[in-house]
Amino acid sequence: MSATTDPYVGATLPAVAGVSPPHVVAFLIMTAALVAAPFFVYPVFLMKALCFALFACAFNLLIGYVGLLSFGHAVFLGSAGYGAAHSAKVWGFPPELAILFGTAAATVLGVVVGALAIRSKGIYFANITLAFAQMVYFFSLQAAFTGGEDGIQSVPRGTLLGVLNLKDTLTLYFVVLAIFLLGFLLIFRAIHSPFGQVLKAIRENEPRAISLGYRAEQYKLLAFVLSATFAGLAGATKALVFQLASLTDVHWTMSGEVVLMTLLGGLGTVFGPVVGAFIVVTLENYLAQLGAWVTVVQGVIFVICVLTFRRGVVGELGNLLRKSL
Amino acid sequence: MADDVILETEGLTKEFHGFVAVKDVALRVRRGTIHALIGPNGAGKTTCFNLLTHFLTPTRGRIRFNGREITGSRPADIARLGLVRSFQISAVFLHLSVLENVRVALQRKRGGSFDFWRSERVLDSLNGRALELIDAVGLAPFARTLAVELPYGRKRALEIATTLALDPEMMLLDEPTAGMAHEDVERISALIKRVAVNRTVLMVEHNLSVVENLSDTITVLARGEVLAEGDYRTVARSPEVIQAYMGSGHA
Repeated sequence: MSATTDPYVGATLPAVAGVSPPHVVAFLIMTAALVAAPFFVYPVFLMKALCFALFACAFNLLIGYVGLLSFGHAVFLGSAGYGAAHSAKVWGFPPELAILFGTAAATVLGVVVGALAIRSKGIYFANITLAFAQMVYFFSLQAAFTGGEDGIQSVPRGTLLGVLNLKDTLTLYFVVLAIFLLGFLLIFRAIHSPFGQVLKAIRENEPRAISLGYRAEQYKLLAFVLSATFAGLAGATKALVFQLASLTDVHWTMSGEVVLMTLLGGLGTVFGPVVGAFIVVTLENYLAQLGAWVTVVQGVIFVICVLTFRRGVVGELGNLLRKSL
Repeated sequence: MADDVILETEGLTKEFHGFVAVKDVALRVRRGTIHALIGPNGAGKTTCFNLLTHFLTPTRGRIRFNGREITGSRPADIARLGLVRSFQISAVFLHLSVLENVRVALQRKRGGSFDFWRSERVLDSLNGRALELIDAVGLAPFARTLAVELPYGRKRALEIATTLALDPEMMLLDEPTAGMAHEDVERISALIKRVAVNRTVLMVEHNLSVVENLSDTITVLARGEVLAEGDYRTVARSPEVIQAYMGSGHA
Protein backbone atom coordinates (compact mmCIF):
# COMPACT_ATOMS: atom_id res chain seq x y z
CA MET A 1 0.00 0.00 0.00
CA SER A 2 2.96 2.32 0.29
CA ALA A 3 3.87 4.35 -2.76
CA THR A 4 7.06 3.09 -4.34
CA THR A 5 7.44 5.52 -7.19
CA ASP A 6 8.64 8.92 -6.19
CA PRO A 7 8.73 11.52 -8.94
CA TYR A 8 10.97 13.73 -6.85
CA VAL A 9 14.01 11.49 -6.72
CA GLY A 10 17.02 13.50 -7.66
CA ALA A 11 16.22 16.66 -5.76
CA THR A 12 19.11 16.85 -3.33
CA LEU A 13 19.78 19.08 -0.39
CA PRO A 14 22.30 18.67 2.39
CA ALA A 15 20.88 16.87 5.40
CA VAL A 16 19.66 19.26 8.05
CA ALA A 17 20.89 17.93 11.36
CA GLY A 18 22.75 14.92 10.08
CA VAL A 19 26.42 14.05 10.15
CA SER A 20 28.19 17.37 10.52
CA PRO A 21 31.86 18.38 10.11
CA PRO A 22 32.30 18.78 13.89
CA HIS A 23 31.30 15.11 14.28
CA VAL A 24 33.95 14.02 11.80
CA VAL A 25 36.65 16.17 13.42
CA ALA A 26 35.75 15.01 16.91
CA PHE A 27 35.73 11.41 15.76
CA LEU A 28 39.18 11.71 14.22
CA ILE A 29 40.57 13.34 17.36
CA MET A 30 39.04 10.64 19.53
CA THR A 31 40.40 7.82 17.35
CA ALA A 32 43.90 9.31 17.19
CA ALA A 33 43.96 9.79 20.96
CA LEU A 34 42.82 6.22 21.56
CA VAL A 35 45.42 4.78 19.18
CA ALA A 36 48.22 6.69 20.91
CA ALA A 37 46.91 6.24 24.46
CA PRO A 38 48.22 2.71 25.30
CA PHE A 39 51.80 3.93 24.87
CA PHE A 40 51.29 6.46 27.66
CA VAL A 41 48.58 5.04 29.88
CA TYR A 42 48.11 1.60 31.44
CA PRO A 43 46.24 -0.37 28.69
CA VAL A 44 44.02 -2.41 31.01
CA PHE A 45 42.67 0.80 32.49
CA LEU A 46 41.98 2.09 28.96
CA MET A 47 40.23 -1.12 27.98
CA LYS A 48 38.02 -0.87 31.03
CA ALA A 49 37.13 2.70 30.07
CA LEU A 50 36.43 1.66 26.46
CA CYS A 51 34.06 -1.11 27.55
CA PHE A 52 32.18 1.31 29.78
CA ALA A 53 32.17 3.93 27.02
CA LEU A 54 30.48 1.48 24.65
CA PHE A 55 28.05 0.53 27.43
CA ALA A 56 27.19 4.20 27.99
CA CYS A 57 26.75 4.82 24.25
CA ALA A 58 24.30 1.90 24.09
CA PHE A 59 22.42 3.29 27.07
CA ASN A 60 22.37 6.76 25.53
CA LEU A 61 20.73 5.39 22.38
CA LEU A 62 17.70 4.64 24.52
CA ILE A 63 17.53 7.64 26.83
CA GLY A 64 18.99 10.28 24.53
CA TYR A 65 17.14 9.40 21.36
CA VAL A 66 13.95 7.67 22.53
CA GLY A 67 13.62 9.32 25.91
CA LEU A 68 13.35 6.05 27.82
CA LEU A 69 15.25 5.75 31.12
CA SER A 70 16.18 2.13 31.66
CA PHE A 71 17.23 1.40 35.20
CA GLY A 72 18.26 -2.15 34.50
CA HIS A 73 20.84 -1.95 31.78
CA ALA A 74 23.35 -3.86 33.89
CA VAL A 75 21.33 -6.96 32.97
CA PHE A 76 22.62 -6.82 29.41
CA LEU A 77 26.19 -5.94 30.36
CA GLY A 78 26.34 -8.66 33.02
CA SER A 79 24.57 -11.51 31.27
CA ALA A 80 26.61 -11.01 28.10
CA GLY A 81 29.67 -11.22 30.36
CA TYR A 82 28.46 -14.51 31.84
CA GLY A 83 27.63 -15.81 28.36
CA ALA A 84 31.06 -14.95 26.98
CA ALA A 85 32.94 -16.19 30.03
CA HIS A 86 31.04 -19.48 30.28
CA SER A 87 31.29 -20.26 26.57
CA ALA A 88 35.01 -19.45 26.48
CA LYS A 89 35.93 -21.30 29.67
CA VAL A 90 33.58 -24.30 29.74
CA TRP A 91 32.78 -24.86 26.08
CA GLY A 92 36.17 -23.72 24.81
CA PHE A 93 34.77 -21.12 22.40
CA PRO A 94 37.37 -18.95 20.64
CA PRO A 95 37.14 -15.27 21.68
CA GLU A 96 35.21 -14.09 18.60
CA LEU A 97 32.51 -16.73 19.14
CA ALA A 98 32.45 -16.14 22.90
CA ILE A 99 31.83 -12.43 22.33
CA LEU A 100 29.16 -13.17 19.73
CA PHE A 101 27.48 -15.66 22.02
CA GLY A 102 27.49 -13.25 24.97
CA THR A 103 26.14 -10.45 22.79
CA ALA A 104 23.41 -12.70 21.38
CA ALA A 105 22.38 -13.60 24.93
CA ALA A 106 21.93 -9.90 25.65
CA THR A 107 19.91 -9.45 22.45
CA VAL A 108 17.54 -12.26 23.44
CA LEU A 109 17.12 -10.80 26.93
CA GLY A 110 16.59 -7.41 25.29
CA VAL A 111 13.68 -8.77 23.25
CA VAL A 112 12.06 -10.30 26.35
CA VAL A 113 12.54 -7.34 28.70
CA GLY A 114 11.83 -4.81 25.96
CA ALA A 115 8.59 -6.42 24.83
CA LEU A 116 7.25 -6.17 28.37
CA ALA A 117 8.72 -2.82 29.41
CA ILE A 118 8.09 -0.80 26.26
CA ARG A 119 4.37 -0.51 26.93
CA SER A 120 4.97 1.75 29.89
CA LYS A 121 6.59 5.15 30.16
CA GLY A 122 8.61 7.29 32.54
CA ILE A 123 8.95 6.05 36.07
CA TYR A 124 6.98 2.86 35.29
CA PHE A 125 9.38 1.97 32.51
CA ALA A 126 12.33 2.54 34.87
CA ASN A 127 10.62 0.40 37.51
CA ILE A 128 9.93 -2.52 35.21
CA THR A 129 13.48 -2.58 33.90
CA LEU A 130 14.77 -2.38 37.48
CA ALA A 131 12.52 -5.27 38.53
CA PHE A 132 13.91 -7.40 35.71
CA ALA A 133 17.42 -6.43 36.66
CA GLN A 134 16.81 -7.60 40.23
CA MET A 135 15.39 -10.90 38.98
CA VAL A 136 18.43 -11.49 36.80
CA TYR A 137 20.70 -10.51 39.69
CA PHE A 138 19.18 -13.06 42.05
CA PHE A 139 19.18 -15.67 39.30
CA SER A 140 22.89 -15.00 38.76
CA LEU A 141 23.48 -15.33 42.49
CA GLN A 142 21.77 -18.72 42.66
CA ALA A 143 22.46 -20.37 39.30
CA ALA A 144 25.24 -22.95 39.15
CA PHE A 145 27.01 -21.81 35.99
CA THR A 146 27.59 -18.24 37.13
CA GLY A 147 29.69 -19.28 40.10
CA GLY A 148 27.53 -17.24 42.49
CA GLU A 149 29.61 -14.88 44.66
CA ASP A 150 32.85 -16.02 43.05
CA GLY A 151 31.79 -15.38 39.48
CA ILE A 152 33.50 -17.07 36.56
CA GLN A 153 37.22 -16.59 37.01
CA SER A 154 40.33 -17.18 34.87
CA VAL A 155 38.45 -16.97 31.61
CA PRO A 156 40.89 -17.78 28.79
CA ARG A 157 41.40 -14.94 26.32
CA GLY A 158 42.41 -17.32 23.54
CA THR A 159 43.43 -16.45 20.02
CA LEU A 160 41.22 -14.22 17.92
CA LEU A 161 40.29 -15.87 14.58
CA GLY A 162 43.17 -18.26 15.21
CA VAL A 163 45.67 -15.47 14.46
CA LEU A 164 45.83 -12.80 17.13
CA ASN A 165 47.07 -13.92 20.51
CA LEU A 166 45.04 -11.94 23.02
CA LYS A 167 47.36 -12.77 25.91
CA ASP A 168 49.45 -9.93 24.59
CA THR A 169 48.03 -6.84 26.26
CA LEU A 170 48.69 -4.45 23.41
CA THR A 171 47.12 -6.78 20.83
CA LEU A 172 44.13 -7.14 23.10
CA TYR A 173 43.95 -3.38 23.45
CA PHE A 174 43.69 -2.81 19.73
CA VAL A 175 41.08 -5.55 19.39
CA VAL A 176 39.03 -3.88 22.13
CA LEU A 177 39.51 -0.50 20.47
CA ALA A 178 38.30 -1.95 17.16
CA ILE A 179 35.21 -3.41 18.87
CA PHE A 180 34.52 -0.09 20.57
CA LEU A 181 34.87 1.90 17.35
CA LEU A 182 32.68 -0.56 15.46
CA GLY A 183 29.99 -0.31 18.13
CA PHE A 184 30.30 3.46 18.34
CA LEU A 185 29.96 3.89 14.56
CA LEU A 186 27.00 1.51 14.34
CA ILE A 187 25.20 3.40 17.11
CA PHE A 188 26.06 6.68 15.38
CA ARG A 189 24.65 5.33 12.15
CA ALA A 190 21.47 4.12 13.85
CA ILE A 191 20.93 7.61 15.27
CA HIS A 192 21.43 9.15 11.82
CA SER A 193 19.35 6.67 9.82
CA PRO A 194 15.76 6.64 8.55
CA PHE A 195 15.02 4.64 11.69
CA GLY A 196 16.73 7.30 13.83
CA GLN A 197 14.54 9.99 12.29
CA VAL A 198 11.40 8.16 13.34
CA LEU A 199 12.85 7.62 16.83
CA LYS A 200 13.43 11.36 17.19
CA ALA A 201 9.89 12.04 16.01
CA ILE A 202 8.54 9.62 18.62
CA ARG A 203 10.69 11.23 21.31
CA GLU A 204 9.42 14.67 20.32
CA ASN A 205 5.72 13.82 20.08
CA GLU A 206 4.58 10.23 20.27
CA PRO A 207 0.83 10.73 19.59
CA ARG A 208 1.67 12.77 16.52
CA ALA A 209 4.08 10.10 15.22
CA ILE A 210 1.30 7.54 15.71
CA SER A 211 -1.18 9.75 13.88
CA LEU A 212 1.23 9.79 10.93
CA GLY A 213 0.88 6.02 10.80
CA TYR A 214 3.96 4.89 12.75
CA ARG A 215 3.47 1.98 15.13
CA ALA A 216 5.53 3.62 17.83
CA GLU A 217 5.91 0.56 20.05
CA GLN A 218 7.69 -1.39 17.31
CA TYR A 219 10.25 1.37 16.86
CA LYS A 220 10.80 1.63 20.58
CA LEU A 221 11.25 -2.13 20.84
CA LEU A 222 13.87 -2.18 18.09
CA ALA A 223 15.71 0.68 19.80
CA PHE A 224 15.59 -1.21 23.08
CA VAL A 225 16.93 -4.41 21.50
CA LEU A 226 19.73 -2.51 19.74
CA SER A 227 20.64 -0.82 22.99
CA ALA A 228 20.67 -4.18 24.81
CA THR A 229 22.80 -5.72 22.07
CA PHE A 230 25.50 -3.06 22.22
CA ALA A 231 25.46 -3.12 26.03
CA GLY A 232 25.98 -6.89 25.64
CA LEU A 233 28.87 -6.39 23.25
CA ALA A 234 30.49 -4.17 25.88
CA GLY A 235 29.87 -6.73 28.63
CA ALA A 236 31.16 -9.71 26.63
CA THR A 237 34.33 -7.82 25.69
CA LYS A 238 34.84 -6.72 29.28
CA ALA A 239 34.62 -10.33 30.49
CA LEU A 240 37.48 -11.35 28.19
CA VAL A 241 39.59 -8.33 29.13
CA PHE A 242 39.35 -8.98 32.87
CA GLN A 243 39.03 -12.76 32.41
CA LEU A 244 36.17 -12.49 34.84
CA ALA A 245 32.39 -12.35 34.87
CA SER A 246 30.99 -11.39 38.25
CA LEU A 247 27.92 -10.19 40.10
CA THR A 248 29.19 -6.59 40.02
CA ASP A 249 28.18 -6.31 36.39
CA VAL A 250 24.56 -7.37 36.96
CA HIS A 251 24.15 -5.39 40.19
CA TRP A 252 21.78 -2.42 40.20
CA THR A 253 24.63 -0.06 41.12
CA MET A 254 26.06 -0.77 37.67
CA SER A 255 22.76 0.35 36.13
CA GLY A 256 23.10 3.52 38.18
CA GLU A 257 26.68 4.08 37.15
CA VAL A 258 25.82 4.12 33.45
CA VAL A 259 23.17 6.77 34.15
CA LEU A 260 25.87 8.86 35.87
CA MET A 261 28.31 8.41 32.96
CA THR A 262 25.74 9.43 30.37
CA LEU A 263 24.47 12.44 32.34
CA LEU A 264 27.95 13.63 33.19
CA GLY A 265 29.14 13.39 29.59
CA GLY A 266 25.98 14.75 28.01
CA LEU A 267 22.69 13.01 27.43
CA GLY A 268 21.64 12.82 23.80
CA THR A 269 25.05 13.85 22.49
CA VAL A 270 27.14 11.56 20.32
CA PHE A 271 30.41 11.82 22.26
CA GLY A 272 29.07 12.59 25.73
CA PRO A 273 28.77 9.00 26.95
CA VAL A 274 32.39 8.30 25.94
CA VAL A 275 33.67 11.32 27.85
CA GLY A 276 31.42 10.52 30.81
CA ALA A 277 32.64 6.92 30.95
CA PHE A 278 36.30 7.99 30.92
CA ILE A 279 35.69 10.52 33.69
CA VAL A 280 33.88 8.04 35.93
CA VAL A 281 36.37 5.22 35.36
CA THR A 282 39.30 7.59 35.99
CA LEU A 283 37.71 8.84 39.20
CA GLU A 284 37.14 5.32 40.43
CA ASN A 285 40.71 4.43 39.65
CA TYR A 286 42.34 7.37 41.35
CA LEU A 287 39.96 7.53 44.25
CA ALA A 288 40.14 3.79 44.90
CA GLN A 289 42.14 4.28 48.10
CA LEU A 290 39.25 6.24 49.56
CA GLY A 291 37.25 2.99 49.68
CA ALA A 292 33.56 3.46 50.30
CA TRP A 293 33.99 7.24 49.94
CA VAL A 294 34.14 6.82 46.16
CA THR A 295 30.37 6.55 46.12
CA VAL A 296 30.06 9.73 48.17
CA VAL A 297 32.36 11.59 45.79
CA GLN A 298 30.38 10.27 42.83
CA GLY A 299 27.18 11.42 44.47
CA VAL A 300 28.57 14.91 45.00
CA ILE A 301 29.71 15.06 41.34
CA PHE A 302 26.27 13.93 40.23
CA VAL A 303 24.60 16.67 42.26
CA ILE A 304 27.02 19.32 40.96
CA CYS A 305 26.41 18.13 37.40
CA VAL A 306 22.64 18.33 37.72
CA LEU A 307 22.77 21.72 39.44
CA THR A 308 25.36 23.51 37.33
CA PHE A 309 25.85 21.88 33.96
CA ARG A 310 22.78 19.92 33.07
CA ARG A 311 23.76 19.30 29.48
CA GLY A 312 26.86 17.42 30.64
CA VAL A 313 30.46 18.11 29.63
CA VAL A 314 29.99 17.55 25.90
CA GLY A 315 26.54 19.13 25.86
CA GLU A 316 27.87 22.33 27.45
CA LEU A 317 30.86 22.33 25.11
CA GLY A 318 28.58 21.92 22.09
CA ASN A 319 26.45 24.76 23.38
CA LEU A 320 29.51 27.02 23.72
CA LEU A 321 30.63 26.22 20.19
CA ARG A 322 27.04 26.39 18.92
CA LYS A 323 27.55 22.95 17.36
CA SER A 324 25.90 19.63 18.01
CA LEU A 325 28.54 17.11 19.13
CA MET B 1 -25.90 6.98 -2.00
CA ALA B 2 -23.94 4.89 0.49
CA ASP B 3 -20.83 5.45 -1.60
CA ASP B 4 -21.24 9.15 -1.04
CA VAL B 5 -20.57 8.77 2.67
CA ILE B 6 -16.90 8.43 3.53
CA LEU B 7 -17.15 8.30 7.31
CA GLU B 8 -20.12 7.04 9.23
CA THR B 9 -20.74 6.34 12.88
CA GLU B 10 -23.57 4.41 14.42
CA GLY B 11 -24.61 4.76 18.05
CA LEU B 12 -21.17 6.01 19.01
CA THR B 13 -20.99 6.26 22.80
CA LYS B 14 -18.21 6.93 25.28
CA GLU B 15 -18.60 6.74 29.03
CA PHE B 16 -15.98 7.75 31.57
CA HIS B 17 -16.79 6.09 34.89
CA GLY B 18 -20.50 6.61 34.41
CA PHE B 19 -20.21 10.07 32.87
CA VAL B 20 -21.48 9.96 29.30
CA ALA B 21 -19.22 12.20 27.22
CA VAL B 22 -20.54 11.13 23.84
CA LYS B 23 -23.99 9.60 23.53
CA ASP B 24 -25.39 7.69 20.60
CA VAL B 25 -23.85 9.87 17.93
CA ALA B 26 -24.73 9.04 14.33
CA LEU B 27 -22.47 11.04 12.08
CA ARG B 28 -22.43 10.88 8.29
CA VAL B 29 -19.69 12.76 6.53
CA ARG B 30 -20.14 13.06 2.78
CA ARG B 31 -17.15 12.57 0.53
CA GLY B 32 -15.49 15.75 -0.69
CA THR B 33 -17.15 18.08 1.82
CA ILE B 34 -15.95 20.17 4.71
CA HIS B 35 -17.92 19.07 7.72
CA ALA B 36 -17.72 21.01 10.98
CA LEU B 37 -18.41 19.72 14.44
CA ILE B 38 -19.37 22.54 16.78
CA GLY B 39 -20.89 22.90 20.20
CA PRO B 40 -20.39 24.62 23.55
CA ASN B 41 -17.50 23.67 25.84
CA GLY B 42 -17.74 20.13 27.14
CA ALA B 43 -20.10 19.06 24.37
CA GLY B 44 -17.90 16.08 23.57
CA LYS B 45 -16.33 17.32 20.34
CA THR B 46 -12.77 16.36 21.13
CA THR B 47 -13.85 13.08 22.69
CA CYS B 48 -15.74 12.36 19.51
CA PHE B 49 -12.62 13.15 17.55
CA ASN B 50 -10.46 10.88 19.65
CA LEU B 51 -12.96 8.08 19.14
CA LEU B 52 -12.84 8.47 15.39
CA THR B 53 -9.06 8.16 15.32
CA HIS B 54 -9.00 5.56 18.10
CA PHE B 55 -6.93 7.49 20.55
CA LEU B 56 -9.93 6.52 22.73
CA THR B 57 -11.92 3.30 22.58
CA PRO B 58 -15.69 3.69 22.28
CA THR B 59 -17.86 2.12 24.95
CA ARG B 60 -20.45 1.26 22.31
CA GLY B 61 -21.13 1.91 18.68
CA ARG B 62 -19.49 1.46 15.33
CA ILE B 63 -17.33 3.48 12.97
CA ARG B 64 -17.09 2.85 9.23
CA PHE B 65 -14.59 4.51 6.94
CA ASN B 66 -14.99 4.01 3.20
CA GLY B 67 -17.51 1.27 3.86
CA ARG B 68 -15.01 -0.57 6.02
CA GLU B 69 -15.54 -1.21 9.70
CA ILE B 70 -12.64 0.35 11.63
CA THR B 71 -14.04 0.28 15.16
CA GLY B 72 -11.32 -1.96 16.62
CA SER B 73 -8.31 -0.76 14.62
CA ARG B 74 -5.17 0.78 16.12
CA PRO B 75 -4.51 4.54 15.67
CA ALA B 76 -1.45 4.00 13.46
CA ASP B 77 -3.44 1.67 11.19
CA ILE B 78 -6.30 4.15 10.83
CA ALA B 79 -3.78 6.71 9.64
CA ARG B 80 -2.51 4.19 7.11
CA LEU B 81 -6.04 3.80 5.70
CA GLY B 82 -6.08 7.50 4.86
CA LEU B 83 -7.85 9.03 7.86
CA VAL B 84 -5.34 11.43 9.40
CA ARG B 85 -5.89 13.77 12.30
CA SER B 86 -4.36 16.92 13.71
CA PHE B 87 -4.34 17.88 17.38
CA GLN B 88 -5.81 20.70 19.43
CA ILE B 89 -2.45 21.81 20.75
CA SER B 90 -0.19 22.18 17.77
CA ALA B 91 1.48 18.84 17.23
CA VAL B 92 4.82 19.31 15.55
CA PHE B 93 8.19 17.71 16.27
CA LEU B 94 9.72 20.66 18.09
CA HIS B 95 13.41 19.81 17.84
CA LEU B 96 13.34 18.77 14.22
CA SER B 97 13.60 21.30 11.41
CA VAL B 98 10.55 22.27 9.37
CA LEU B 99 11.90 20.18 6.51
CA GLU B 100 12.44 17.16 8.75
CA ASN B 101 8.95 17.49 10.19
CA VAL B 102 7.36 17.13 6.78
CA ARG B 103 9.87 14.54 5.65
CA VAL B 104 9.08 12.22 8.55
CA ALA B 105 5.53 12.04 7.19
CA LEU B 106 6.71 11.41 3.63
CA GLN B 107 9.11 8.80 4.95
CA ARG B 108 6.27 6.60 6.18
CA LYS B 109 4.94 5.98 2.70
CA ARG B 110 8.44 5.51 1.36
CA GLY B 111 8.91 2.51 3.66
CA GLY B 112 12.21 1.24 5.04
CA SER B 113 11.79 3.17 8.26
CA PHE B 114 13.28 0.36 10.32
CA ASP B 115 16.58 0.59 8.39
CA PHE B 116 18.93 1.51 11.20
CA TRP B 117 22.02 0.62 9.18
CA ARG B 118 21.37 3.05 6.32
CA SER B 119 22.41 6.67 6.21
CA GLU B 120 19.64 9.22 6.58
CA ARG B 121 20.90 10.66 3.29
CA VAL B 122 18.61 8.18 1.55
CA LEU B 123 15.82 10.46 2.77
CA ASP B 124 17.16 13.39 0.78
CA SER B 125 15.21 12.08 -2.21
CA LEU B 126 12.09 13.23 -0.35
CA ASN B 127 13.33 16.81 0.10
CA GLY B 128 11.88 18.08 -3.17
CA ARG B 129 8.36 16.95 -2.34
CA ALA B 130 8.75 18.19 1.24
CA LEU B 131 9.79 21.65 0.08
CA GLU B 132 6.79 21.83 -2.24
CA LEU B 133 4.46 21.12 0.66
CA ILE B 134 6.31 23.61 2.86
CA ASP B 135 6.00 26.20 0.14
CA ALA B 136 2.28 25.48 -0.23
CA VAL B 137 1.66 26.55 3.38
CA GLY B 138 3.89 29.61 3.09
CA LEU B 139 6.80 28.31 5.14
CA ALA B 140 9.44 28.17 2.41
CA PRO B 141 11.78 30.70 4.11
CA PHE B 142 11.73 28.60 7.29
CA ALA B 143 12.61 25.18 5.84
CA ARG B 144 15.83 24.97 7.91
CA THR B 145 14.37 26.45 11.07
CA LEU B 146 13.71 24.24 14.06
CA ALA B 147 9.97 23.94 14.59
CA VAL B 148 10.35 25.14 18.18
CA GLU B 149 11.39 28.56 16.90
CA LEU B 150 8.25 29.13 14.80
CA PRO B 151 5.44 31.36 16.07
CA TYR B 152 2.19 29.60 16.93
CA GLY B 153 0.31 30.27 13.69
CA ARG B 154 3.18 28.95 11.63
CA LYS B 155 3.41 25.83 13.75
CA ARG B 156 -0.20 25.10 12.79
CA ALA B 157 0.64 25.67 9.16
CA LEU B 158 3.53 23.23 9.52
CA GLU B 159 1.20 20.73 11.09
CA ILE B 160 -1.12 20.97 8.13
CA ALA B 161 1.78 20.56 5.69
CA THR B 162 2.84 17.43 7.61
CA THR B 163 -0.68 16.03 7.46
CA LEU B 164 -0.90 16.81 3.74
CA ALA B 165 2.35 14.93 3.19
CA LEU B 166 0.42 11.74 3.84
CA ASP B 167 -2.00 12.75 1.08
CA PRO B 168 -4.90 11.53 3.22
CA GLU B 169 -8.30 10.91 1.75
CA MET B 170 -9.79 12.50 4.82
CA MET B 171 -8.36 14.98 7.32
CA LEU B 172 -9.62 15.50 10.83
CA LEU B 173 -8.67 18.93 12.14
CA ASP B 174 -9.05 19.62 15.84
CA GLU B 175 -9.60 23.38 16.26
CA PRO B 176 -7.28 24.46 13.45
CA THR B 177 -7.52 28.16 14.31
CA ALA B 178 -7.57 27.97 18.10
CA GLY B 179 -5.43 30.60 19.80
CA MET B 180 -4.47 32.30 16.55
CA ALA B 181 -4.05 35.94 15.69
CA HIS B 182 -6.54 37.37 13.22
CA GLU B 183 -4.33 37.34 10.12
CA ASP B 184 -3.25 33.77 10.88
CA VAL B 185 -6.89 32.70 11.07
CA GLU B 186 -7.47 34.00 7.57
CA ARG B 187 -4.37 32.33 6.23
CA ILE B 188 -5.25 28.97 7.75
CA SER B 189 -8.90 29.19 6.56
CA ALA B 190 -7.72 29.87 3.03
CA LEU B 191 -5.31 26.97 3.32
CA ILE B 192 -8.01 24.59 4.54
CA LYS B 193 -10.24 25.61 1.69
CA ARG B 194 -7.43 25.00 -0.77
CA VAL B 195 -6.42 21.58 0.53
CA ALA B 196 -10.02 20.42 0.81
CA VAL B 197 -10.49 20.56 -2.95
CA ASN B 198 -10.08 16.87 -3.53
CA ARG B 199 -10.46 15.45 -0.09
CA THR B 200 -12.84 15.36 2.84
CA VAL B 201 -12.32 17.46 5.96
CA LEU B 202 -13.98 17.03 9.31
CA MET B 203 -13.09 19.74 11.78
CA VAL B 204 -13.88 20.82 15.28
CA GLU B 205 -13.93 24.61 15.38
CA HIS B 206 -14.94 27.32 17.81
CA ASN B 207 -14.60 30.28 15.51
CA LEU B 208 -18.07 30.54 14.00
CA SER B 209 -17.06 32.83 11.17
CA VAL B 210 -14.52 30.22 10.07
CA VAL B 211 -17.24 27.59 10.30
CA GLU B 212 -19.66 29.71 8.30
CA ASN B 213 -17.06 30.48 5.70
CA LEU B 214 -15.77 26.95 5.19
CA SER B 215 -18.32 24.31 6.04
CA ASP B 216 -20.74 22.52 3.77
CA THR B 217 -22.36 20.71 6.67
CA ILE B 218 -22.41 21.44 10.37
CA THR B 219 -23.21 19.08 13.19
CA VAL B 220 -23.97 20.68 16.54
CA LEU B 221 -23.18 18.66 19.64
CA ALA B 222 -24.40 19.46 23.13
CA ARG B 223 -23.93 17.29 26.20
CA GLY B 224 -22.57 14.54 24.01
CA GLU B 225 -25.59 14.35 21.73
CA VAL B 226 -26.32 15.60 18.24
CA LEU B 227 -28.54 18.65 18.56
CA ALA B 228 -28.86 19.74 14.96
CA GLU B 229 -27.33 19.17 11.57
CA GLY B 230 -27.39 21.02 8.26
CA ASP B 231 -25.79 23.99 6.55
CA TYR B 232 -24.91 27.13 8.49
CA ARG B 233 -28.24 28.91 7.95
CA THR B 234 -30.32 25.93 8.99
CA VAL B 235 -28.28 25.32 12.09
CA ALA B 236 -28.10 28.98 13.08
CA ARG B 237 -31.90 29.22 13.04
CA SER B 238 -32.45 26.12 15.14
CA PRO B 239 -33.95 27.16 18.51
CA GLU B 240 -32.22 24.25 20.30
CA VAL B 241 -28.87 25.48 19.06
CA ILE B 242 -29.56 29.05 20.12
CA GLN B 243 -30.58 27.81 23.52
CA ALA B 244 -27.51 25.62 23.92
CA TYR B 245 -25.20 28.48 23.01
CA MET B 246 -26.96 31.38 24.70
CA GLY B 247 -28.61 29.67 27.65
CA SER B 248 -32.32 29.24 28.32
CA GLY B 249 -33.01 32.98 28.70
CA HIS B 250 -32.73 33.52 24.96
CA ALA B 251 -34.92 30.65 23.85
